[in-house]
Amino acid sequence: MSMALDILSWFCMLAGGVFCAIGAFGLVRMPDFYTRMHAASITDTVGAWLLLLGMILQAGLTLIAVKLLMIALLLLFTSPTATHALAKAARARGLQPLLAPGEDPSKP
Amino acid sequence: MHLASLGIVLYAFWLLLSGYFEPFLLAAGAGSALAVVLLSRRMHIVDREGHPIQMIASVLLYWPWLIKEIFKCAWDVSRIILSPSLPISPVLVRFKPTQKSQVGLTTHANSITLTPGTITVEATQDEFLVHGLTRTAGAGVIDSEMDQRVSKVEGYR
Repeated sequence: MSMALDILSWFCMLAGGVFCAIGAFGLVRMPDFYTRMHAASITDTVGAWLLLLGMILQAGLTLIAVKLLMIALLLLFTSPTATHALAKAARARGLQPLLAPGEDPSKP
Repeated sequence: MHLASLGIVLYAFWLLLSGYFEPFLLAAGAGSALAVVLLSRRMHIVDREGHPIQMIASVLLYWPWLIKEIFKCAWDVSRIILSPSLPISPVLVRFKPTQKSQVGLTTHANSITLTPGTITVEATQDEFLVHGLTRTAGAGVIDSEMDQRVSKVEGYR
């Protein structure tokens, strides 16, 4: 049983690490500010949650697991708020997003 | 009603974070929870919006669906990042959300931002401005299933 839990927990942590790395890679590859934020949002949703889930499985039914769950819940509320604040601030300062060909930036 | 539930939630939060169950710390926790409840009442933030207990049951049903959506979109965006041609087509879309309350609009806007591939840039009562990483992601937020689900969670209909 604990063997299966260990394997599951390692799988979650490994997958979380891979998603964090993909997010970081996307941050470098994307062409402009707004598209980079999309890559970063992989890191702070799926990447962080899978890492936390792996740690919760390691902790078992303890208070530590509850605290890790609280951190996950905190991320669920704070990370979109921070991302939105960043995007809104950039737009308020007049930073125009790079759009696909054929899209009119003045229209929307 | 809201005050009592806020007090219970705060006290449970204290107990879970401290992990000590000695009489002095139990009493200190009760005192702190009570103080925060009284301060919140003085600030007039304990109401349907500041402490939305009417949403608890429905939001617990909504979160698993949202997390499933987030994983699906994260997978799509990961494939875009890793593909050599970087097939993005960034768009800005405007649409009118169907939520009535501020807390419902916030939930909807935050859900859009949480989903990789879409970010809410501006959120007002009448209009959301969303930046999508691809045309399909951008078009997907207009009158979406998420919109309907959040309106249901909100509980006005």
